[in-house]
Amino acid sequence: MPTINIVQAVNQALREEMRRDDRIVVLGEDVGKDGGVFRATEGLYDEFGEDRVMDTPLAEAGIIGTAIGMAIYGLNPIPEIQFLDFIYPAFDQIVTNLAKLRYRSGGQYSCHLVVRAPYGGGIKGGHYHSQSSEAYFTHTAGLKVVIPATPYDTKGLLLSSIRDPDPIIFLEPKRIYRAVKGEVPDGEFTVPIGKARVAREGSDVSIFAYGAMLHVAMQAAEAAKAKNGVECEVIDLRTLVPLDTDAIIASVQKTGRVVIVHEAPKTSGFGAEISAQIAERAIEYLKGPILRVTGYDTPFPYTLEEYYLPSVPRVQAAIEKIMQY
Amino acid sequence: MGEQLTSQKRFKGLETDLSEADLKKIYRAMLVTRLFDTKSMNLQRQGRIGFYVPCSGQEAAQIGSAFALRPDDWTFPTYRDVGVAVLRGVEISKLFAHLMGNSDDEMLGKQMPSHWGYKEVNFVSVASPIATHLPVATGVAMAMKLEKTGTVVVAYHGDGATSEGEFHAAYNFAGVYKAPIVFICENNGWAISVPVARQTVSETLAAKAEAYGFEGVRIDGNDVLTVYEATKKAVEKARSGGGPTMIECLTYRMGPHSTSDDPSRYRTREEFELWQRRDPVERLRRTLVEAGLWDDSAEVKLRSEIEGEITRAIEKEEKVAMPSPRTMFEGVYSTELKSLSEQRENSVLDKVSKE
Repeated sequence: MPTINIVQAVNQALREEMRRDDRIVVLGEDVGKDGGVFRATEGLYDEFGEDRVMDTPLAEAGIIGTAIGMAIYGLNPIPEIQFLDFIYPAFDQIVTNLAKLRYRSGGQYSCHLVVRAPYGGGIKGGHYHSQSSEAYFTHTAGLKVVIPATPYDTKGLLLSSIRDPDPIIFLEPKRIYRAVKGEVPDGEFTVPIGKARVAREGSDVSIFAYGAMLHVAMQAAEAAKAKNGVECEVIDLRTLVPLDTDAIIASVQKTGRVVIVHEAPKTSGFGAEISAQIAERAIEYLKGPILRVTGYDTPFPYTLEEYYLPSVPRVQAAIEKIMQY
Repeated sequence: MGEQLTSQKRFKGLETDLSEADLKKIYRAMLVTRLFDTKSMNLQRQGRIGFYVPCSGQEAAQIGSAFALRPDDWTFPTYRDVGVAVLRGVEISKLFAHLMGNSDDEMLGKQMPSHWGYKEVNFVSVASPIATHLPVATGVAMAMKLEKTGTVVVAYHGDGATSEGEFHAAYNFAGVYKAPIVFICENNGWAISVPVARQTVSETLAAKAEAYGFEGVRIDGNDVLTVYEATKKAVEKARSGGGPTMIECLTYRMGPHSTSDDPSRYRTREEFELWQRRDPVERLRRTLVEAGLWDDSAEVKLRSEIEGEITRAIEKEEKVAMPSPRTMFEGVYSTELKSLSEQRENSVLDKVSKE
């Protein structure tokens, strides 16, 4: 099986699905001739032409707004927002139209559309190339939020997302676009939306993570085993909406100890939702407090980003703390 | 051409290629809209509906433009565009069902009144924030062009919308992609209490189109035949690959912004009276009378017919039950999420309900 990285998995999924479905239109800033600033759409313009791979004017509200129009007319648009940090001009389109069109029209109209955006820190991008703002979207009824962490899941989840009838925010962890490689089959396969994955089995602590933080959690789990013989179970959530609460609860019932890792700011971050779900459904299984290792409630810092982002030592410290219970 | 010139002189004092039947159809739609509007305001004052956005004064801009379209063309209305819905053939009872938010409502009671949407006539669902529909309308036009359907989009907006960022995005994309779209700007002079002079210091709103590389025209928006002719020309241009046009219709909102608004706080009586003399419904009626196509007895007959329809529609819809509380959870996604099913099951709706 070929070994590829995450950005190659995105490219492969788009290319293969565009060959199968001529209603797919890719649009965004620099996605055409340039192949995208991260090269996620490389080669698509040459293969499919300017009508299906559209270099748009520089206006996120226009990109998402027109993509919604194409979707309700029956096309299958896949707009790219160059960095998630640039999505805010399109926030109105996403919250007002994309998320609500089905509900507000009594089901007369719907948006079959995937918004792709690289997200997260670790690339020395400062405030505006680093944010992890998934919680804005998980808080908006009508959207699904998908975040892969491996090349296999990237391709499989992107194909599922493109075929899903609901609007999807598909966030790609750009820090590991090239750093994480894995075996990915050529051709068609899907990974179901709404199913978490047990990335590492363990019986002492459950670590819940997604995106680039999955790999930090995995390294911390290995370090904890080497240092203290602690067996962590690492759950890759893969989809935040719909959330696989069954997988979360099953793991909590097994370990009774919880560490949640995400790079977004702590207050009202998605970890708060995971924490509440566990408290509502499995509090009797908990041996100690639910711990969160997250970004801080500051804007994303430039020089000090390695201190801001959850790191292996920070996750390890949380594991050690919860193991005292 | 000779034949057309002859046909344009068919009616006394009236230059149009429309037939007598067309003219009467337009007049009927305008009168239905006016009477529906008056009745809906009254229903709200009587507490029988919760809210309403009136359109009186803007019927010519709405109906004249919509009359230039084919059924397979799409419209993106605002909350005020009742006339477009009426002309496109939405039944009056469906409009009342929506104002009541009952089980017959196409929106299933999920949107506040005047937030219409009727897919059967390509009249796309309305959101309250101004101008958010415009990039979507451009997107539909871009898709039509890609699919080579030969259809067009007409997107309606007000003078206030021209200040929004999404107005710019929509116009700019429409220009860049030469999308088959016509923007109808119903410039009624007021965005709630703010006059158009406070929205822009552009001499006209139509001038804005030029910056996006397409034609903008300013017309008398209270003359339904002028609106029809201008839209027809713009639609033909769009249909044949000529790209977008903006039509600024000068008109006036004769009523309040909504049932929650009191225009006496910001507008003068004199201004209202000036525009009352330009009432577009009355104006077409006079034109038809002068052309020998209409008289008092026809007017009395038509009014009574429409009033009867309105009364029957209200009686019918007031008997229809409200949507069951459980339907609140439906239609958020294509299939209900497990988390929502759980919320529904734990919602103790039977204990919350007033009945």
